[in-house]
Amino acid sequence: MIVVLNFYPMFQGFLMSLQSGSGNNLKFTGISNYRRLFQDPLFIKSVGNVLIYLVFQVPIMLLLALILASILNDKKLRFKGLFRTIIFLPCATALVSSAMIFRSLFSVDGFVNTMLLHLGVFQEPFAWLSDPTWAKVIIVVAITWRWTGYNMIFYLAGLQNINYEIYEAARIDGASAFSQFTKITLPLLKPVIILTTIMSTNGTLQLFDEVKNITNGGPAMETLTTSQYIYNLSFVYSPRFGYAATVSYAIFIMVAILAFAQIKVGEKK
Amino acid sequence: MKYKINVMNNFFKYAFLIIVSLFSIFPFYWMIVSATNTSIDIVAGKLSVGMYLIENVKTLIKTVHLGNAFWNSLKNATIGTLASLVVCSMAGYGFQIYRDKGKDNLMNLLLLSMMVPFATTMVPLFRMFSTAHLLNTLTGFILPSVSTAFLIFFFRQNSKSFPIEVVHSARVDGLGEFGIFLKIYVPIMAPTFAAAAIVTFMNNWNSYLWPLIVMQSQQSQTMPLLISGLIAGYTTNYGILMLAVTVCTLPTVILFFTQQKRFVEGVLGAVK
Repeated sequence: MIVVLNFYPMFQGFLMSLQSGSGNNLKFTGISNYRRLFQDPLFIKSVGNVLIYLVFQVPIMLLLALILASILNDKKLRFKGLFRTIIFLPCATALVSSAMIFRSLFSVDGFVNTMLLHLGVFQEPFAWLSDPTWAKVIIVVAITWRWTGYNMIFYLAGLQNINYEIYEAARIDGASAFSQFTKITLPLLKPVIILTTIMSTNGTLQLFDEVKNITNGGPAMETLTTSQYIYNLSFVYSPRFGYAATVSYAIFIMVAILAFAQIKVGEKK
Repeated sequence: MKYKINVMNNFFKYAFLIIVSLFSIFPFYWMIVSATNTSIDIVAGKLSVGMYLIENVKTLIKTVHLGNAFWNSLKNATIGTLASLVVCSMAGYGFQIYRDKGKDNLMNLLLLSMMVPFATTMVPLFRMFSTAHLLNTLTGFILPSVSTAFLIFFFRQNSKSFPIEVVHSARVDGLGEFGIFLKIYVPIMAPTFAAAAIVTFMNNWNSYLWPLIVMQSQQSQTMPLLISGLIAGYTTNYGILMLAVTVCTLPTVILFFTQQKRFVEGVLGAVK
């Protein structure tokens, strides 16, 4: 009893000290860092990029995961386990590994270019990762590849809690697959959908591994994310920890606002 | 007519599933095949297994400290996982078994900390660790991820199914609190421990940003860092890059295939 009860507050204190990291400015400069934040073109660009990833990637991935889960929930479907395993498999790779694979596939002399040249679609290789738009698309594709199966698992678990007879009844009443999806699946899965949306949003706002390894923020900082900007500020350029901490808090505030908004929206519906 | 619609429906379902499956498996296939080919073959678009695997292994070992990085990853991930399990299972157990209002509030606070982005704490953490001379050390690697709110919550949720009467009767029988935890709780909760272990191990193995900051020396390099270092040069040798990626991916993929059920449990973890 004593061990657990003593160990436990101590350990909690330790945990808090690790996680609540404060502003950490050595010199007190007041809000000048924050003023600087709104005039910093790189910061604004990085936030814009993250929002672009967010707006495109999260809905596409979650919708895909939902569709896959509802197909795989069909009791009559064959090879269900096999499909599920294959689609879930990318989750077992390190983010760095998946980033490397996609970087190689889409490099100038990479597989995709070679194939497209062979098929005669292109006359000369296209530098995917040097194009501001395509570089973003490839990052989105890589993230979607890595995380769709992960989200699908959540939906499958959620679908298992829905009584299968509801679907059978709906079918007898002549409901189409689409209206079954919108009238039964979506409302009943709402809590899970909110959960995955929050998790994905959180993950995308903190995006780092993929971008660092696929494009390293390039071309010309066109794919830079806020996390990578913090990393660059602290460890690549001459260290400016104070300002980096300011940017960090900006991410924190964004995550908090978006999570709060999503929970509110979820409650209302 | 109805039958026809069903057939069409099924056809589309399977076609969709097969296309998605191909998409998710192709990068793996390409990775493994490329590890056995020369960079020139890979660039030329070769998609069959080549004879160049051993050559690639030799080159890779010559250019980087593969063994060292693999060992570091294995060591860090294993010890980190064990430490996490000890700390978080005790905390989760404590939260559930000695439950009161204060602890419930504390748990909610902990859950809020899950929302704090790592980027926010990264810089202060780094400064703390460098003052404490923990850079490039095992402790430095595992400490920030030893206790995670997710894992504590996971253990707490699963402890709900643990019969509290057992604890009471063990106390009557004169078993100490720690003894109860060790001799009764741990064996009964073995599946929970296994699921937590798998997920934590994978997270530790794959972790990148934090090691990138604290494990700066060659000596303490981990697999993800090694891979990311391979592209630093001008031209990339895809053969050895993909070999390194394969080496880094194999342990987790094997874990995935052998322990898939537990992995799923671990991922879903706290959602119950």
